[in-house]
Amino acid sequence: MYPAAFDYHAPKNVKEALGLLGKLKDDAKILAGGHSLIPMMKLRLAQPKHLIDLGKVPGLSGIKADGKALAIGAMTTHWEIESSSAVKSKLPVLAEVASVIGDPAVRNKGTIGGSLAHADPAADWPAAMIALGAEMVCEGPKGKRKVGVDQWFLGLMATALKERELLAQVRVPLLPAGSGAAYMKFPHPASRFAVVGVCAAVTLDKQGVCTKAGVGVTGAGTKAVRAKGVEAALVGKRLDPAAIEAAAQKAADGVDVQADLQGSVEYKSHLCRVFAKRAITEAVKRAGA
Amino acid sequence: MATVVQERLFGKAIKRREDPRFITGRGQYVDDVKLPGMTYAAFVRSPHAHARIRRIDTSGALKHPGVVAVFTGKDMAGVNSLPCGWDLRKEKNIPGVVQDLAMVPHMPLTADVARHVGDPVAVVIAESQAAAVDAVDRVKVDWEPLPSVTVTDRAARSGAPQIHTGAPGNVAFKWEIGDRSATDAAFKGAATTVKKRILNQRLVANAMEPRACIARFDTATGELTLWVTSQNPHVHRLLMCAFVLGIPEHKVRVIAPDVGGGFGSKIFLYNEEVVCSWVARQLKRPVRWTATRREAYLTDAHGRDHVTDAELALGRDGKILGLRVKTTANLGAYLSTFAPAIPTFLYGTLLNGVYTIGAIHCEVTGVFTNTTAVDAYRGAGRPEACYVLERIVEAGARALGMDVAELRKKNFIPKFSGAFQTLVAVSYDSGDYAAAFDRLLQMLNYRKFRAEQEAARKQGRLLGIGFSTYIEACSIAPSKLVGALGAGAGLYESAKVRVHPTGGVTVYTGSHSHGQGHETTFAQLVADELQIPIEQVEIVHGDTGAIPFGMGTYGSRSASVGGTAILMSLNKIKEKGKRIAAHLLEASANDIEYVNGQFQVKGVPSKAVPFGAVSLTAYVPHKYPDNLEPGLEETSFYDPSNFCFPFGAHACVVEVDRDTGAVQIQRYLAVDDVGKVINPMIVDGMVHGGIAQGVGQALCEGAVYDEGSGQLVTGSMMDYALPKADMLPLYETDRTVTPTPVNPMGIKGAGETGTIAATPTVVNAVIDALAPLGVDHIEAMPLTSERVWKAIQAAKAKR
Repeated sequence: MYPAAFDYHAPKNVKEALGLLGKLKDDAKILAGGHSLIPMMKLRLAQPKHLIDLGKVPGLSGIKADGKALAIGAMTTHWEIESSSAVKSKLPVLAEVASVIGDPAVRNKGTIGGSLAHADPAADWPAAMIALGAEMVCEGPKGKRKVGVDQWFLGLMATALKERELLAQVRVPLLPAGSGAAYMKFPHPASRFAVVGVCAAVTLDKQGVCTKAGVGVTGAGTKAVRAKGVEAALVGKRLDPAAIEAAAQKAADGVDVQADLQGSVEYKSHLCRVFAKRAITEAVKRAGA
Repeated sequence: MATVVQERLFGKAIKRREDPRFITGRGQYVDDVKLPGMTYAAFVRSPHAHARIRRIDTSGALKHPGVVAVFTGKDMAGVNSLPCGWDLRKEKNIPGVVQDLAMVPHMPLTADVARHVGDPVAVVIAESQAAAVDAVDRVKVDWEPLPSVTVTDRAARSGAPQIHTGAPGNVAFKWEIGDRSATDAAFKGAATTVKKRILNQRLVANAMEPRACIARFDTATGELTLWVTSQNPHVHRLLMCAFVLGIPEHKVRVIAPDVGGGFGSKIFLYNEEVVCSWVARQLKRPVRWTATRREAYLTDAHGRDHVTDAELALGRDGKILGLRVKTTANLGAYLSTFAPAIPTFLYGTLLNGVYTIGAIHCEVTGVFTNTTAVDAYRGAGRPEACYVLERIVEAGARALGMDVAELRKKNFIPKFSGAFQTLVAVSYDSGDYAAAFDRLLQMLNYRKFRAEQEAARKQGRLLGIGFSTYIEACSIAPSKLVGALGAGAGLYESAKVRVHPTGGVTVYTGSHSHGQGHETTFAQLVADELQIPIEQVEIVHGDTGAIPFGMGTYGSRSASVGGTAILMSLNKIKEKGKRIAAHLLEASANDIEYVNGQFQVKGVPSKAVPFGAVSLTAYVPHKYPDNLEPGLEETSFYDPSNFCFPFGAHACVVEVDRDTGAVQIQRYLAVDDVGKVINPMIVDGMVHGGIAQGVGQALCEGAVYDEGSGQLVTGSMMDYALPKADMLPLYETDRTVTPTPVNPMGIKGAGETGTIAATPTVVNAVIDALAPLGVDHIEAMPLTSERVWKAIQAAKAKR
């Protein structure tokens, strides 16, 4: 499978990359790992005239921790996140998410920024970003700006990233003491994308009452969404199985569930509830541990 | 001189000699062949399931840089239809024909109507592959889309779009086997009858190496050479030369070098290799084409695709009194090379299984649809038969309230050797079905499992066990028999054994290895027979310029048919060697025996000539018998007297996730009887791979067409779910050995058993897991999580 002809650009820094984006506009696509883009190009579903490869731009990858957040460079591969000791000690759920993306080849080349900018509706990262309340740091001709995850995913493969911008960094806030988080997914039998994936993060006080909850649902609809009904049903409650079950029942509310070969609307909605329950149960267990 | 007694290599698990070159990237596949002046072909294919071609404008493509030529179907006037190699017509006295096969044309490039997505309509030839692919987009086809039908049991309904003028109502043929009135009578006298609709979904073979070909025409000699991914290069040559292009066979050489998997899909003659061969003669330049994975999904012959209504009649005691089967088989848009044989003589003839059955009747309707052509895929007809029988037998046991193992045991054909005449034409060679099943139950600890299952069910867990006890017909096949059934070819095999002056041996086999390991197995056989080091043996295959006319590899026939041909040539070599040795030893040839790698006077190891001395003498015949030709080279053709019938018993333990419907396989056990085994490691590998493929059909694989548009929606590996390693447990396998009397080595065949057995085994296990909920059947495969979950919901709703 051969892609249509394109020009390849390898800018040496962000400024050069932004210059190319400004010049080439719609004709250009950013290459940030390429594990979604290249297959689409080979099938000629995507035919960009220019590829701007961020692989040689320094400073776009790596994981830094400050007291409040993990700052993950957009070009950080899934494998780097999966194997990072900083991630494992400060926000292990990110390593859990990374470990179930695709296969080792995908994890070694694919990047978190590439995934979040591509916004495949069945990608794994979006659920975690929503649950954890991440911020996207974009760089454009006018400098940097931050976009909260709730403003990021606009629709099917559509994000708040502007035409002349690139996604430079993802800031994921650390969870306070007494928190736990988990990601549970039902993988597509062929692609291993999420048919449904739910990430839950809960914070419990000393009495075991939930003070904060974040729940993101990916896979089922045209974009990943925050399960607001579930979160509301968790906060203020002691999270026993009955409370979790009741909250999880709202997991498909507000999701524009799409029927496809992997499931009817009914089945996928059901999976949202099942995996919400499983993720919350595990998150609560980890919060108590 | 002390003789060294070499250990027997027959039966030894030696490592595959071909693997170092494969795993270090030094295999030589078609796409690795580079020729000077090579051009590249890319095909313009129909984006529609069914559409009339109003006009094709190639001018834009011809202007594209690097394009050499563009051809359409109209340019190929004088080229014939791709042939179908199996006839089903009353006038030919083919048994069971109810309605004659409609021999519809299948042109290499269709000029009037495209009949499935991917149907080629034009070819672009360019100086590079990139230029050819780019220029394809510049060929403008003016399409008139027509309504399409892809669904098997809707093709022959009234109002369905007509696909071929020569096949009214889209019926390709109607065929039957067995005794209708005896079966009707058996059902009347039955204590219990069960009826189920059983779907066997369409599969895509997915060989690791996509199809490819290179055609070169030598203007100096007038010879055409075709490198092609083929399981049977001589069959390719015969079909293409004699039937399609009208080129004399002696002017064509077909080479199938290293081939990366076939599973049946590389048996057949395809459009692309015919077009490239024709173009090479037009342009007098080599032409190469390699399929993309997308093209592989759209154009490699698919497998299975049956809709069956099966009924079983049982006595109160659990005896099987009657089996009635009505099947609609989807053949796709065209007749692939052996398509009519698969749902008929390779399907209906296996419905007797390993059971004593009172009466059987089976009728099959083949239909055309706007889908990729369907033909043999690993197992080819036998998996479909086994699936129907093993599902309906379990359904019968459940209806009677009898244990599924018990019901099977009550009905096994008793141990026999020589012949068991079935009710569906074939006669089995040898079998001991209860022994394999007993061994399986023992490995499983069946009673203990049922107790564990009971305990698990009390905890609300859905644990299940499934069985299949299967029969397989392989070692294909007696030429006279298949000829009487409609085959256009004989199904013998050839082998030429060339002993070199210094004692090395080259075997030229008509079998073809595309993963089977012939370079090891056949060398083992030769080294064992001649008692020479295996390093002295070379196996050559896959080149019509080198090997005698051979029929190739499919239907688990290489060791049993191809191996026997080698054995026959080795025996001729030994006989001639005895005459040479007798002369050297001044003894009578009748007094010479071949022992431990030397020709010796019977019982006198000190009066002996080693193999190498005899071979040297054959080529330097100074001291040599009169009236004996020099040289040591023999050719044999072996035509088996019957099929061979491997059998076995498989079991699977699954747990179903009640919340999601996901199926997890906990244990998989297999006891196979493939007769004598040359290399147990290779046979184990075949069984393992076969089980994985069978599990794939049961749980995740399936080609799906969108009903409205006729598009193949599972057209990539991102959508079509092949089985993955993490779905599979460590297999627990064993073998019983019941040699076949059909061939001298007692070998039956092992290539397809796993695929045949595994699918019903897994499905039966899932049904058993769901049985406490009241589920006794799920109509369609694969058993995706959603299908299982829906079955659970439906059962809950009924309660």
